[in-house]
Amino acid sequence: MKAAGLETATADPAPLEIGGRTFGSRLIVGTGKYRDPAQTVEALRASGAEMVTVAVRRVDLDATREESLLYHLDPTEFFLLPNTAGCYTEEDAVRYARLGREAGLSDWVKLEVIGDQETLLPDTEALLAATRTLVAEGFTVLPYTNDDLITALKLQDAGAAAVMPLASPIGSGLGLLNPLNIRLLKSRLDVPVVVDAGVGTASDACATMEQGVDGILMNTALAAADHPVLMAKAMRLAVEAGRTAWLAGRMPKREWAVPSSPSSGMLD
Amino acid sequence: MPLIEVNGAVREVEAGRTVRGLLEDLDLDDRLVVVELNRRIVRRDHRADAVLQDGDRVEIVHFVGGG
Repeated sequence: MKAAGLETATADPAPLEIGGRTFGSRLIVGTGKYRDPAQTVEALRASGAEMVTVAVRRVDLDATREESLLYHLDPTEFFLLPNTAGCYTEEDAVRYARLGREAGLSDWVKLEVIGDQETLLPDTEALLAATRTLVAEGFTVLPYTNDDLITALKLQDAGAAAVMPLASPIGSGLGLLNPLNIRLLKSRLDVPVVVDAGVGTASDACATMEQGVDGILMNTALAAADHPVLMAKAMRLAVEAGRTAWLAGRMPKREWAVPSSPSSGMLD
Repeated sequence: MPLIEVNGAVREVEAGRTVRGLLEDLDLDDRLVVVELNRRIVRRDHRADAVLQDGDRVEIVHFVGGG
């Protein structure tokens, strides 16, 4: 909720809370597609994110053991959120979620059930079914979904700990395409709304946070930047700026100019 | 000797070899991987008891970078 009388605020009065856990940063970042593990860790630190997503994949039996992300990422420094990226059925998503729980230190999952290879848009029917199954198994479920209010409400009813609508397609960098829908979701949901996917640069992140959402999850915007560590810093600042601007409450828009200097006291 | 499938590739193991033993054969860190045996997760503390049988399908997974 917007804080009233917040005149000299230097910090967010209410930190992000999901599933009974509090996060100091409203930015959640992915760990995919960086140049190497060292750059991944450097970018994560520059982003200020506390929660980071990871994927579950087969061990490459021909590679060295350093391939495992846990070899480089300290789970006491970052809260790891396993995803079900690449899953196209409820059954697969549930299977990957269980594997992620076994590998990790929590029962949280970023739930993806993809419905189409070209757009990577979610299969919302399977997503809902998987959410119900995993909630019943005690998971804290954070589903990646589209920006449709009805699906979001159903996910909330199914027990999702947060709802994560896309800004635009995964990896597209197109930014927030439908601020109206995102505001609508935020106004109607009780669980946190974390915009997941599509943010391309700092202004996108700032504009998204200005809609009043609770957080943003991004990966490619950092990893595919010319300088991922620098972009991670920019995103940290943008998320803070957008959040603070929303708390501050923007001025009303007008069709015509209104002078900011006094109209009286002008010279003859 | 039993023939099993590990991450999609056929492999021969010694008779009586366990999941724990297989991880040792593959030089994998027990703490960094999760093992499925015929689509059921084998908990870390059960790996030394899970004896591999001919025709078993094993999946060994871990965390990699992802969004």
